[in-house]
Amino acid sequence: MSHAQFFLFGLAALAFSACVAETSLASEPIKIGFAGSLSGDLAPYGLPPLKAVQLVVKEINARGGIQGRPVELLVEDDACKPELATNSATKLVAGGVKAVIGHICSGPTKAALPIYQAAKVLVISPSATSSLLNRDGEYPFFFRTIAADDVQAAAQVDFALQTLKAGKIAVLHDKGDYGKGLAEFAKSLIERSGKAQVVLFEGITPGAVDYSAVVQKIKRSGAEAVLFGGYHPEASKLVGQMRQKRLATPFVSDDGVKNDTFIKVAGKDAEGVYATGPADASDNSVTKAYQEKFRQAEGTNPGAFFDNAVAAALALTNAIAKAGSTDPEAMARILHSEEVATPFGPIKFDAKGEPVGIGVTLYQARDGQFVQVR
Amino acid sequence: MEYFLELLFSGLTRGAIYALIALGYTMVYGIIGLINFAHGEMYMIGAFTALIVSSVLSIYGLPLPAILVLAALAAAIWAGAYGFTVERLAYRPLRDAPRLAPLISAIGMSIFLQNYVLLAQTSDFVPFPSLVPEFAFLEPYGAIVDSSGLTILAVSTLVMTALTLLIKFTRTGKAMRATAQDRKMALLVGINVDRIISLTFVTGSALAAVGGLLIASHIGQINFAIGFIAGIKAFTAAVLGGIGSIPGAVLGSFVLGLTEAFATGYVSSDYEDVFAFSLLVLILIFRPAGLLGKAATEKV
Repeated sequence: MSHAQFFLFGLAALAFSACVAETSLASEPIKIGFAGSLSGDLAPYGLPPLKAVQLVVKEINARGGIQGRPVELLVEDDACKPELATNSATKLVAGGVKAVIGHICSGPTKAALPIYQAAKVLVISPSATSSLLNRDGEYPFFFRTIAADDVQAAAQVDFALQTLKAGKIAVLHDKGDYGKGLAEFAKSLIERSGKAQVVLFEGITPGAVDYSAVVQKIKRSGAEAVLFGGYHPEASKLVGQMRQKRLATPFVSDDGVKNDTFIKVAGKDAEGVYATGPADASDNSVTKAYQEKFRQAEGTNPGAFFDNAVAAALALTNAIAKAGSTDPEAMARILHSEEVATPFGPIKFDAKGEPVGIGVTLYQARDGQFVQVR
Repeated sequence: MEYFLELLFSGLTRGAIYALIALGYTMVYGIIGLINFAHGEMYMIGAFTALIVSSVLSIYGLPLPAILVLAALAAAIWAGAYGFTVERLAYRPLRDAPRLAPLISAIGMSIFLQNYVLLAQTSDFVPFPSLVPEFAFLEPYGAIVDSSGLTILAVSTLVMTALTLLIKFTRTGKAMRATAQDRKMALLVGINVDRIISLTFVTGSALAAVGGLLIASHIGQINFAIGFIAGIKAFTAAVLGGIGSIPGAVLGSFVLGLTEAFATGYVSSDYEDVFAFSLLVLILIFRPAGLLGKAATEKV
């Protein structure tokens, strides 16, 4: 190849590549990521949110994308493990995402946030409730579409003090991050209120074969209400043994308990148990529309955190559209200031990324299902 | 005083629960010197079998005591069959291998059986019906004693006595002791060692299955992983009492159960395991063979 030929060839290649760059600018996809537990025993928490995000993305692309640019979804599985979450985060960042919906569990979210922060990637979690996440506002690009644990603890304490009028409260937990965190919030809230006394604060061993000793201790403490932070297997054993020992003390728990498995396993002992959980959004028109779409596509009812993930996807895509770019500062500004219609009604986010407009509701088990109290 | 009695009964119940599982552990160890890590899985399989059988029987409207007995029988037979098969497949081929090999094989069996039940049944918790009837005469003491706790206590004492008698006074028991002392010599005097070892596994597994039924009925729920957690505690109890000794397993279980209950009652349930395992360490320092274990003299 002579020099002249080489030069011409180079020129042609250059012109061609410039041409490619030119056309792709207008329709270059906006890459967003999804990361969460898609396998393992916590997959039931991660799959419904993924479906929710896919539904929203498909709908936006069918409408021609955001400002003519299609949305491309990159999916990573972290199996709800912090050590895998850092891998997922690195992969998503390397894949060029500008925003991520996830992670599902609090631990992995905590592990992945520094990686996103360094890459200036915006994160919206539909389900990580730990109040320790972004407690000091150290992650300006972190948002979530679920009420944090301290909001849940506040609702429980409020109910125990105002409605149950309990003067003595026993606070129990399962020694796990989630349950213990909740219980500690509840304890400090009760102490600060000055209206009641925490007569018992203890962690029980998950998976133990018998809780009667701790039940006797509750009885001896004279507690008028029991607050429990943890998941349903321990809650059902605890309630069962309380009722067996003729202890009718009201039992107030959290969204780790507010599910059908608890009612199925605890049976008649479940009756009357209180539990906080995400506000019931089933009357909202946005909720109805997306749940119907899910049912048409999958033939079943959507599972846990579906509504929260729809809210996250709608908030994110709205922010990209309104900001006109995927600049994290611009997107964050929109999320903080402008309300967006979601399954929970119009929401926006406060300075620490907590949702304004998504609260918690108190439920009680009656006749085999959780119904809203108040 | 009433509080003390409540804790005492709670500790005895826990102890009896551990004892029902620990008996099988200790029996297998006593005869062939193998820590059968799949023993907890026999307990779990027994509970699942009892659940299936009792659900079917309750459709036919049988009275509760009949369901209890039939479900216990079915669970014992089914788990016994599993015990037999596991020994044949996973332990017998390794009988002359170094001691670590069957131990690893046992752990593998445990993982296999858990995942097998996970796939065949469900990963979720399932409710277990209360199969032990409420005893009317316990009604005045309802806050302290409950009928399922009392049944577990009675059954574990009964099983311990029966096992001790079996091993001390029957021909089979004599053959078991001979096998334990010297397998080759037992073979030479005409004992069918393979049959004795199979029998040991079948008995141990059947016991675990009955325990599974009673304990599941007491706590009202089961899933595929219950055997692992309960197995660890029962194993601790067996070591505490002197592994290989049948009264030792029961004594160790009660010591462990009572320690946990009183630690919970008078200190805090946060430290339940700390107390339990500190006690284990202390006892093993002063009596390395456990409470009732005999210091083994090395055969030359």
